[in-house]
Amino acid sequence: MDAHELLELAWLIPAFPAAGAVLLLLFGRRIGEPVAGWIATATIGASFLASVAAFVALLSLPEEERRVVSDGYTWLRAGGFAVDFRFLVDPLSVTMILFVTGVGTLIHLYSIGYMHGDPRFGRFFAYLNLFAASMLVLVLGSNFLLTFLGWEGVGLCSYLLISFWFERDSAAVAGKKAFVTNRVGDFGFMLAMFLIFWKLGSLDYAAMEGAGGLAQTTVTAIALLLFLGAVGKSAQIPLHIWLPDAMEGPTPVSALIHAATMVTAGVFLVARAHPFFEASGSAGTVVAWVGAATALLAATVAIVQNDIKRVLAYSTVSQLGYMFLAAGVGAYSAALFHMVTHAFFKALLFLGAGSVIHGLHDEQDMRRMGGLRRWMPITAGTFIVGWLAIAGIVPFAGFWSKDEILAQAWYRDDYGLWLVGALAALLTAFYMTRQVYLVFFGNERWREAAGGHDAAAGVAGDEPAEVAHPGAGAHSAAGAHGGPHEPHESPWTMTVPLGALAVLTVVGGFVNLPFVEQGLEFLGEWLHPVFEDVEVVHAPSFSTAFALSTAALVIGVGGILLGRAFYRAGLPSGGEDPVARRLGPVGRVLENAYYFDRGIARLVSGPLGAFARFLADGFDRGGVDRAVNGVAAGFRLGGEGLRRLQTGLVRNYALGIVLGAVALVGYVLARSL
Amino acid sequence: MLLNQFLLLGAVLFGTGVYGVLTRRHTVLVLMSIELMLAAVNINLVAFGAFSGSVAGQVFALFVLTIAAAEVGVGLAIVLLIFRNLHSSDLDDVDVLKG
Amino acid sequence: MTVLAQALDAAVDTPRVDWLAIAPETVLFGAAVAIVLGRALARRRPLVDEASFLTALVGVVAAGVFTFVQWVVVDGDGPYQAIAGMVAVDGFAVFVRTVVLIATFLGLLLSAGYLRREGLEAPEYHALMLCSATGMMLMASANDLIVVFLALEILSIALYVLVAFDRRRVTSQEAGLKYFLLGSFSSAVLLYGIALVYGGTGTTNLTRIARFLAGTTLLEEGVLLTGLVLMLVGLGFKVAAAPFHMWAPDVYQGSPTPVVSFMGGATKAAAFAAILRVYAGAFELYRVDWRPAVWALAVLSLVVGSVAALVQTDVKRMLAYSSVAHAGYVLIGVQVGNEAGTTAALYYVMAYTLMVFGAFAVVTVVGRRGDRRHELADYRGLAGAQPVLAALLTLFLLAQAGVPLTGGFVAKLSVFDAAVDAGQYWLALVGMLAAAVSAFVYLRIVLAMYAPEDDGPAVAARPVRVDLAAAVALAIAAAGVLFLGLLPDVVLDFARDATQLLAAGGRAGA
Repeated sequence: MDAHELLELAWLIPAFPAAGAVLLLLFGRRIGEPVAGWIATATIGASFLASVAAFVALLSLPEEERRVVSDGYTWLRAGGFAVDFRFLVDPLSVTMILFVTGVGTLIHLYSIGYMHGDPRFGRFFAYLNLFAASMLVLVLGSNFLLTFLGWEGVGLCSYLLISFWFERDSAAVAGKKAFVTNRVGDFGFMLAMFLIFWKLGSLDYAAMEGAGGLAQTTVTAIALLLFLGAVGKSAQIPLHIWLPDAMEGPTPVSALIHAATMVTAGVFLVARAHPFFEASGSAGTVVAWVGAATALLAATVAIVQNDIKRVLAYSTVSQLGYMFLAAGVGAYSAALFHMVTHAFFKALLFLGAGSVIHGLHDEQDMRRMGGLRRWMPITAGTFIVGWLAIAGIVPFAGFWSKDEILAQAWYRDDYGLWLVGALAALLTAFYMTRQVYLVFFGNERWREAAGGHDAAAGVAGDEPAEVAHPGAGAHSAAGAHGGPHEPHESPWTMTVPLGALAVLTVVGGFVNLPFVEQGLEFLGEWLHPVFEDVEVVHAPSFSTAFALSTAALVIGVGGILLGRAFYRAGLPSGGEDPVARRLGPVGRVLENAYYFDRGIARLVSGPLGAFARFLADGFDRGGVDRAVNGVAAGFRLGGEGLRRLQTGLVRNYALGIVLGAVALVGYVLARSL
Repeated sequence: MLLNQFLLLGAVLFGTGVYGVLTRRHTVLVLMSIELMLAAVNINLVAFGAFSGSVAGQVFALFVLTIAAAEVGVGLAIVLLIFRNLHSSDLDDVDVLKG
Repeated sequence: MTVLAQALDAAVDTPRVDWLAIAPETVLFGAAVAIVLGRALARRRPLVDEASFLTALVGVVAAGVFTFVQWVVVDGDGPYQAIAGMVAVDGFAVFVRTVVLIATFLGLLLSAGYLRREGLEAPEYHALMLCSATGMMLMASANDLIVVFLALEILSIALYVLVAFDRRRVTSQEAGLKYFLLGSFSSAVLLYGIALVYGGTGTTNLTRIARFLAGTTLLEEGVLLTGLVLMLVGLGFKVAAAPFHMWAPDVYQGSPTPVVSFMGGATKAAAFAAILRVYAGAFELYRVDWRPAVWALAVLSLVVGSVAALVQTDVKRMLAYSSVAHAGYVLIGVQVGNEAGTTAALYYVMAYTLMVFGAFAVVTVVGRRGDRRHELADYRGLAGAQPVLAALLTLFLLAQAGVPLTGGFVAKLSVFDAAVDAGQYWLALVGMLAAAVSAFVYLRIVLAMYAPEDDGPAVAARPVRVDLAAAVALAIAAAGVLFLGLLPDVVLDFARDATQLLAAGGRAGA
């Protein structure tokens, strides 16, 4: 079997998890724990092996032949409209499937431990498998419609998974919000598809070659509509509101969806449809600035969050902003590079957070953690690796990819974007340092939390974002009666993925080192056939590159030192923050931010706090949220109104017919006059 | 005679029937109002047929009469069934299904 | 005296009856008569039940065979008209007849177990269903307004009785009474419209109407236009288009569920056949006048159907409102009015028939004796107790939502495609928005099914037994929905051929 024949079997890659999903949906309950989990992990693992095979096969082909369309059939044909059910294997899709299946497998494995004891264990894995299958269809599709199919499937699964624990109201609400927000984006995607088909006559990716021949306004409209879809899926401003709330889902879901896979679909779409963005003069600028703004604003919000997962959620929003920044300036391979490294370290951080939550019996508030490195050494060690990566410290993966993005912005003379990105990088290093110190170092605040749980809960109660996990009360009650309430390290199914991801986080950066002459820019070279129509910009000189890298490193270290200065000692009891007070005038700004839970009034006085609050509460909950809720309420009101019309009386129904008939006759006659 | 006069008579009868359906509460009266509407249409059909010189109108009217008879049969059966269950032939009592 | 003289003249000219043209209807009606006779003559009840079931199935299959023969003839020799131009034998009729027969066949299979569970008289039920199907079949090939009216009444009167068939349940009778009163009311309106059209054109034959309109310039169009609109009201009532939809939720909720699964798709198919034949066919020249009216109905149906469904708590009512929205999608295809639009409308009707049958079939099967427990809350935890049924319902609901790989997606896509091609951007946009809104409705049901059972005594957890016939019906419907989604070309081509043969049939008159 030669490479071409092998690659035509690409449909097997999504077929494995799809088959697993069907099996588990039908018989998940009978199969039960833990076999259901193992089946799910095995199917996604099989697709990972198939992806590796696809990678090797593609690598064996000469560069110009690395674009194989798999077997399939013509799915739809209506008039001039034909859609093929075929998969496209090229470096871009292979890159995506490798990390989707790779990270996906680890997360499946991790979930076996994490979901232990859940009554709907089998169902959970069915959803996870279905999600993976949809994501693979999304990236492997050979045309927009097939990608859209996966896109919708991913959205649906994310909805199901976020509201998996729907007995919590907040989870159900969060799921709904994710769905609504994504619909807005999907709508853009759909309109873009209509425009593409209308103007190019085909939805096949191969037809995008004609993008250059279209009118400037058309191309820009298509690009911006596609970007609207990407904004919804990848949680960029102003559609980012669903992602932090999506943390209501089980933590492996947060890791899988909101770090490694689903949110990257938007970036993938922009990369896949880059001919439109390249042909349009202004769309790229919009993408880059939306990305930069998201990167910065989400980072400022992240520094005042107390929920361990919400920090990571805002951080994800911020990192996705970087990817769009890169894609916007035309540095697609840099965007993908960051996507890959981010998948590694963010999955690692999320799974680490999950391990902490698991070990602390469903505690998510960082103010009630601290000093955990002694109790959970593996989790702590791997989390620290993730922290150094996201903060941008040599030689961890995040350093190389973030540096590449910032450098590309600089090389293309977008100094404004560089500055915003650098500022966001500083904040990133700061809030991640805060998180690591609050969780793993300093005083062991969970001891008091266990003793005086009610008091702590009272503090937390001021913050609406923190709804206590339904299991939390039961667990702590059991702890109070049944022995010491001490954290514990997680089982091996959870720590092994952590270790594997930590290794990937350390070495992941080496897939694309910025040394072009030495041939170390592997990923860029690999992706070159996909982006060959895009202008590649290299460093004007070694000294510029070196200076930029050094600057990035200094920024990262600076952020870490700043964070360490604040949080080395942890927090005193009750969550008070004397460090901020000691800092005098600066402290007041920060103090207000950190007394987030102490009431709205005091926050307003601090500019940073107010700004953060504005974004977190004013803008999200007040503006976009209210808009989303308002639309929903409007529909419900309309429905209720119609319901009142439906009186159940025959007379009224007949009146409806008569009025409708009279109105129609009047309308038609009036028109004909 | 002019066609318009027949049409006017038909329209007035039809309107009366519609009015009856909209205002009457007794099921049988509503049924009769519907029959009145059908009769009004029959006048129209016959008038059009006579004036246009084609036989279709008259034939159609016969069909309508037959259908109307069948309808009344089925309708009264349903009304009876309801009367046996609810002991009422008031249409306003039949409003369990709504919303 | 002149009238009598005319009548005598006409009596001499007896039309030749082409039996093949009405063979499917004849067979169906014959089966119905045989069942009624058998019921009257035979003593042993259980045997009669079985025999009537088999007779009905055989009748449907035989009608299917004749329909196929018609297709072969039409495909080979082209469409033709028979019995003095009263009925048209063309691809269009064959397509709609196929839809009706599928719905009838599946409906019969599904009802067997239900009738046993509820203790209802099977022979009467089967006979009525066949009568109704006869009317629908006739409607598909009606080429004369008289036949349109007759077919409409044949199908409706049988349906009124079917809806009120459960004599022990007051809601069933209420539904029957409402359907009957409003149905006859709207029939009268339709008839008034027909009378006015007859007055305006001097004929009731659709082919001759088209020829008349092409050859004459009317100075005074008022009568004709009013007639056109009133006919639209009557037919719009049958397809449950807003604002003539208000019967639908009550009737769907009250009537025996297998009746809904049969009539939901089949009635719409028949009524849309008439709408397409009358408006897109005979009154093609008046497109400028009727298109705005259809446009208004389409938009209203889409909005009302999807919005009103949001606040419902009864699953049958939810699906009823969603059927209003579905009528709106088909009306988009009608409104476009060209070949692409008609093709899309036909395809949609076919897909919808299978989807709505499947959804109501699952509702039938999971319902309890007395046709109860159709509240959304009763569906909580269904997936745990009945994974296969829950998966099937999910499939049918997702298909209705228009999720790719199902027939519903292709149906919506082809309708939107036709609208956009015809420059009807707003209509397509409203349709897409409505699709987005109604996705919530379907998702609500799906989510409820996959939720864990309530703490209380979960009735859904007690497994229901699905009899073989119903299982076969469900399997066929599910396979059909998937087939339409995965290999839509087969049916799309069929619908396209059907449309082209309709166009030809309109011009080549007898």
